[in-house]
Amino acid sequence: MSDKSHIIGEIIARHHEREGPLLPILNDVQAEFGCVDSEAEAMIAHGLNLSRADVHGVVSFYHDYKSEADPRPVVQVCRAEACKARGVEQIIDAAKNAAGERVKVVPVYCLGLCSAGPAARTGDDLHVRLDADSIAKLVENA
Amino acid sequence: MTIVKISDDALARAAGADKLATAFEAKGCEVQRTSSWGMHWLEPLVEVDGKGFGPATLADVDTILDGSSDKGIGEIAAHPFIAGQTRYTFARAGKTRPLSLDDYKATGGWAGLERARKIGSEAIVEEVKTSGLRGRGGAGFPTGIKWDTVRKAEASQKYIVCNADEGDSGTFADRAVMEGDPFALIEGMAIAGEAVGATRGYVYLRSEYPDAIRKMNAAVDLCAEIIAPFVVEIRVGAGAYVCGEETSLLNSLEGKRGEVRAKPPLPALEGFLGKPTVVNNVLSLAAVPHILTEGGAEAYKDVGFGRSRGTMPIQLAGNIKHGGLYEIGFGVTLGELVNDIGGGTASGRPVKAVQVGGPLGAYIHPDQFDIVFDYETFTAADALIGHAGVTVFDDTADMLGMARFAMEFCAEESCGKCTPCRIGAVRGVEIIDRIAAGGRERDVIELAPQMHNTVKDRGRTVAEEVELLTDLCETMKFGSLCALGGFTPYPVMSALKHWPEEFGQK
Repeated sequence: MSDKSHIIGEIIARHHEREGPLLPILNDVQAEFGCVDSEAEAMIAHGLNLSRADVHGVVSFYHDYKSEADPRPVVQVCRAEACKARGVEQIIDAAKNAAGERVKVVPVYCLGLCSAGPAARTGDDLHVRLDADSIAKLVENA
Repeated sequence: MTIVKISDDALARAAGADKLATAFEAKGCEVQRTSSWGMHWLEPLVEVDGKGFGPATLADVDTILDGSSDKGIGEIAAHPFIAGQTRYTFARAGKTRPLSLDDYKATGGWAGLERARKIGSEAIVEEVKTSGLRGRGGAGFPTGIKWDTVRKAEASQKYIVCNADEGDSGTFADRAVMEGDPFALIEGMAIAGEAVGATRGYVYLRSEYPDAIRKMNAAVDLCAEIIAPFVVEIRVGAGAYVCGEETSLLNSLEGKRGEVRAKPPLPALEGFLGKPTVVNNVLSLAAVPHILTEGGAEAYKDVGFGRSRGTMPIQLAGNIKHGGLYEIGFGVTLGELVNDIGGGTASGRPVKAVQVGGPLGAYIHPDQFDIVFDYETFTAADALIGHAGVTVFDDTADMLGMARFAMEFCAEESCGKCTPCRIGAVRGVEIIDRIAAGGRERDVIELAPQMHNTVKDRGRTVAEEVELLTDLCETMKFGSLCALGGFTPYPVMSALKHWPEEFGQK
């Protein structure tokens, strides 16, 4: 048995007794491998006695699940109303320029830091009151 | 030893609270990580002997300790921003350590649950009805009536589901509860369980809140014995805004695509896994422990305005000088909130617009600032309270751009189940783009001889595009299955109504 199927098997075993186990399983698989690819979908479908179409339908619905892993560091920048009101659109180019091809700058719709935006997230770290310089620095250090 | 209190709320941490805490510890202080007072512009706020200093940086550590700091705000509890509030749900904010069971119990924790267990299910529901509590998630449905429906339903299993999928921009009160007072939410769920005869509860928490996830999981472990036989489990979402809609949330919880379900059947009768389910917002459930204390329901009811009883934790966000959490009884005017309490814009420029209720809320013009916070008043003004997020924009805001964003957001986040939302939102973006471009020329198909109804000698004017947009918004408003498609017209139409010149209108 490959490593991957072993790990996915363990994840399924950890959650399959839950009521509605699919999302907890997908969250763990995404965290472990950086994606839920078709191979993983097939394994999960088999483990939960679902069709692959059922699992794929769920995976493709949610923004958090990716079909292939991207090894680049990710900076999530909030682009929702409150951060727009605080000028995120004026500094987003600074982030993109600093990122180039090395870092992935992706939008996120609200980190709940709406009184202190523009806000961003790297991993589980949050950042507030960003300006063009600090967001560029954040991206460079990502 | 000097005791220093610094919040461990996500916003304070993002603003540098952790480093500050370490620096104070290095100076030999005892640092207590408490919840946030909610004065976000002062975070990280350092509290020594009840006096506050903020926003503090590492350079302020020495001056705060020797008393020469110029960042002092005096007695925190006496600060006008705090003194003006009526804090029921956020009574502990700034005062307790979120994960300390001792702190929770010492400040009246579990009293509501103990009393609920004594008085029994029918009396609990009566108390909630007496309090006049209405769902704080946005719809404002009376919580007591919802609970009663579930209580009376016959089933082998019932559920309490807490909607903690706080995706609306400009709102953070749910996060503040979960990070600052997690036991209060869990107690509220346990009381709900007691009221309706449910033994299992789920908190559906969005993945964008890593700190809240960590704290809620820890809190559930810590108080498992206290709430037993009631069991609470934390479930993390996967980045779908629409899962904040209750039926979509239930589907997601069941491990399905987060598509909206048609109602009826109501979740109260056929909810999670087809069983009777109470789905309540974090703020509704967190208000319950206070209501269930002796005399709590009456006290809660005595605050408020019209049919909106109790307090609302209002979130002041966006371009506002004094942003943060402000819990007050219904009846406060928008102008007081934005200008007096919030201090106007952070940029110092004039206020242009205020969006109340998140991405689906209407943009309100400063001319309407005398509007009071009350469900009915807002509905009458073609606006909604929603989750009571107040996002302020200064005069640089591009209202056509914001209207376009509302449609774009709806298109991006639509679950795809109903047509007005799925397709209407895409068409909405296109129409707004055409308005911005000043109308458009006729296309090849319209010019074809078979299309005998089209005017051929001129293009489509901006006025005609605006009419089309209005018509589309009507369709979305009345034809969509849930609030996402149904309320997206609010920001669009309010922007069009109050700032017509930005849409090429006179």
